[in-house]
Amino acid sequence: MISGDETAVIAVDGAEKSFGAVRALDGVSFSVRPHECVGLVGHNGAGKSTLVNLITGGLAPDSGSVLVSGMAEGEKFSIAGARAHGVRCVFQELSLCPNLTVEENTRITHPALKGLGWRRRARALIAGKLDAIFPGHGIDCTRMIGDLSIAERQMVEIATAFSESDTRVRLVILDEPTSSLDAGLAAQLLGYVRKFVSEGGAVVIISHILGEILSTADRVVVMKDGRVVSERRAAEFTVETLVGAMGSVVRARDARAPSAAAGEIVLTRKAPAGSGGIDFVARRGELVGLAGLGGHGQTRMLVGLFNAGGGDWVSPKDPRIAFVAGDRHVDGNLPLWSILRNMTISLLPDLTRRGLVDTRAEAEIAARWRERIEVRTKDMANPILSLSGGNQQKVLFARALATRAPVVLMDDPMRGVDIGTKQEVYAMLREEAAKGRTFVWYSTEMDEICQCDRVYVFREGRIVAELAGAEVSEERILSASFAEAAA
Amino acid sequence: MNALRMVFSKPWIWAFIAAGGVFFVTVMFTGGASTIGLGQAALTFASFSVIVGLGQMFVITLGPGNVDLSIPATMTLAATLALKVMESQNGMIFVGLLVALGVGLGVGIANYALIKALRIPPIIATLSSSFIIQSTAIWSNRGLRIRPPQWMADLTTQSLFGVPNVALIALGITLVIFVLLEKSLYGRWVSAIGQNMRAARMAGVPVDGVRFATYVLCAVLASLAGFLLASFSGGAALNMGTEYLLTSIAVVVIGGTAVAGGFANVPGIWGASLFLFLVVSMLNTYGASAGVRMLLTGVIIIGVIIAASRRRVA
Repeated sequence: MISGDETAVIAVDGAEKSFGAVRALDGVSFSVRPHECVGLVGHNGAGKSTLVNLITGGLAPDSGSVLVSGMAEGEKFSIAGARAHGVRCVFQELSLCPNLTVEENTRITHPALKGLGWRRRARALIAGKLDAIFPGHGIDCTRMIGDLSIAERQMVEIATAFSESDTRVRLVILDEPTSSLDAGLAAQLLGYVRKFVSEGGAVVIISHILGEILSTADRVVVMKDGRVVSERRAAEFTVETLVGAMGSVVRARDARAPSAAAGEIVLTRKAPAGSGGIDFVARRGELVGLAGLGGHGQTRMLVGLFNAGGGDWVSPKDPRIAFVAGDRHVDGNLPLWSILRNMTISLLPDLTRRGLVDTRAEAEIAARWRERIEVRTKDMANPILSLSGGNQQKVLFARALATRAPVVLMDDPMRGVDIGTKQEVYAMLREEAAKGRTFVWYSTEMDEICQCDRVYVFREGRIVAELAGAEVSEERILSASFAEAAA
Repeated sequence: MNALRMVFSKPWIWAFIAAGGVFFVTVMFTGGASTIGLGQAALTFASFSVIVGLGQMFVITLGPGNVDLSIPATMTLAATLALKVMESQNGMIFVGLLVALGVGLGVGIANYALIKALRIPPIIATLSSSFIIQSTAIWSNRGLRIRPPQWMADLTTQSLFGVPNVALIALGITLVIFVLLEKSLYGRWVSAIGQNMRAARMAGVPVDGVRFATYVLCAVLASLAGFLLASFSGGAALNMGTEYLLTSIAVVVIGGTAVAGGFANVPGIWGASLFLFLVVSMLNTYGASAGVRMLLTGVIIIGVIIAASRRRVA
C-alpha cells in the first residue's frame, strides 16, 4: 500500500461514512502523490462520489482521517481549506452559474481577482487555460453559461479547475470529465492531464469509459460497495480484467445484420433547403443513431422532432413520441416528486378514468418497471433526488419506455450510468425495437453509436453522412465528423 | 405520539394553529360571550378568501412568476354586471350567475392570451388586464347601486344549522378543488409544470392547455366570489375586491403552498383565511388603532410564514 507515503498530496486513511442506513464508505484508504494520475472506477453507488467529497472537504468522515500535505496539525479540513491547499474538483453535476458569463464564473472561484479590471484579468485567465487544454475551442468568454452547450460548459468547468490565481493547483479531481465531450475534445483533455502530471501535478480521474482510464492513469483503484477492492498499476489491467474487478462481465457486442427489411417510415425531417444536408428518416423498429461532435445540432434536432409531434394544448389520445432527457436537471427531473410520480408522469393519460388518476394501476406499473430496470431504492415513494444520478436516469428511461409511444427520442441519456446498467439498457432497447419501436439516439459515446442500425453524422447543425449496418464504425464516424476541418 | 408527529408534519397545520390561537385570545377578551358570533363571522368572511385563494393557489403552483393580479377587478366586474342583469329580480338569479361566470371565463381567456400571444410575464399581463377590467366595471357601474335579488341576499346571509350558507358553498367548492388537485390528471400536470416546465413538456404534459385552464379556473372562481360577496353585502362596489389582492396571495402562502410552485395545499387555505380574518377582529376587539392593526397584521403574517417554512425544511 502506498497510503503511508510521506509525500502524498492527499492521504485518506481508513475512512468510514454512512448516510442513515446506507454505508457509503467502509474503511477506505486512498492516496495520491505528485507526478501521478490515479484512475478511480466502480459502479454507480460504489462510493466514488463520497470519497471525492471527503477529499474536497465537502464531507467529514465518521471515522478515519483525511490529510492534505502542507496542512497544519489540527487544522479543520473544509472546502475552503482544500481549495487553499490546491485541491480542485470538476463535478459530475456541472456547478457553474448559468446566469453569469464565463468570466464572471471565473471570478467566483478566484476571489483574488478583485479591483478594477477584474473582468479582463478573469477573461485572460480562463481563456488562456481553455486555449491550453482545448486548442481551437471557440468559446467566447463573455457569453453566459446558460447559452453554452453542455460540452462547452464542461470545458469551461475543467479549465476553471486547472486555472491558477493565488494558490497553486496541486491535485485536480475529474469526475466523469468526458461524459459530455466528444472523442476529439476528450483526447485533448487527456493529453493535457498527462502534461499536468508530468509537470508535478496530481490528478484523480473518475470515468465509466475504461479505455480512457487505462490510457491515462498510472494507477487504478477499483471500488465496490464502499471499499477498495483492487489497486494496481494501470498497465496490469485490461478492460476485461478491470470490469471483472468491478464485478460485472463484458458482454461481446452482438453482431447484428442491418435491418434489411426496412419498415414503414415513422418520422422524417427535411434538411433546410440549400444547406446541403441530408434528410432525416426513421423507420419502424429501427435504432437510429445521431453522431458527430458534441453540440453540432443533434439535441436541437431531437427537440425539433419532439415539438413537431404537437401536444402543447391537448394531450394526444395516442402518444406519438416519448423523450428521454440527457441533461436530467433541465429536461428530466421533477425534483419535488417521488420516484413513482416521476416515472409515471408520461403515461398518466392512459391511467385516467373520468379525469381521475387510477393510483392503484399506477403503482402496479411502477412496481413492474422498478423490477425491470432495477431502480435501487427501498421505497418508490422516496424523492427522486434521493437516487444516485445513474438511477435517476433509469427512472427517466422507464418514463419513456412505459408509454405506448412508437417513437422514443434519446438525448445522450447514458451520462453517468455504469457499464452494467448500460448493457441492460442496450438489451432492453433491442428488445423494444424488435417489437416495432423506433429509437432515435444521440450519444457522445462511440460504443452506443455502434449499437445502432443506422447512423446520421452531424456537423455544424446539419447531417453530413448516413451510415448503415456494417458501415457503422468509429473510423467512418470520426472521418465524417472531421472531414471538412481536416481538409 | 406518531400520529401527533404526522399531524404536525402537515404543512397546513400551522395556519390552523394560528387561527385557533387568535380565536381563543379574542374570545377570552369578551369572556366567551362572542364565541358563536365570532365563529360565524369568521366562517362567512373566510369563505370569500377561500374561494379566490383556491384559484390563486393553482396559478401560483404553476411555478415562479405565475400569479393572478386581476382577481379584485374580476370580482368587481362580475358582481357589477351580474347585479345589473338581475335588476333585483329573483327570476333572473340564474342568468346573473351565468353572466358572472362568463366574465370570469372571458378574463381568464384574455389573461392567457396576453401571456402567450404577447409573451408578457403573468404578473404584468394580469396587472394590466386588471386596469381594463376595472375600467369596464367603472364604466358600466356609473355609481349605480343595485340591490341583489332578495333570494340571493337571504341565501348568502343566512345559516343552516348554525353554519353560514356561504361557508357551505365554499366548502363544496373546496372539496371539488381538493379532488382536482390530489386525484385528477389535471392536478398532477399543474404540479409537474410548477416543478420544471421544460421537463414537464418533454414528458408529454400539454403545458399550454394546462396553464390556460388554470388561469381560466382562477378567474372563474374570482367572479363567483364577487357574485356571492355582492349578494352578501347588499350590492356591488367599485372597491369591493381591493383587499382580496393581498389576501388571495397571503392565504396561499400561509396555507403551506410552495411559493416557488410545484406543491399546493388545499386545507391550509381554510386555516389561513380564518386566521387572516381573526387577526383583524382580534385587534379590533382589543381596540387597536388602524395603524397598529396594519402593523401587527403584517408582523403576525410574517411570523406564521416563518414558523411554517421552518417546519417544512426540517
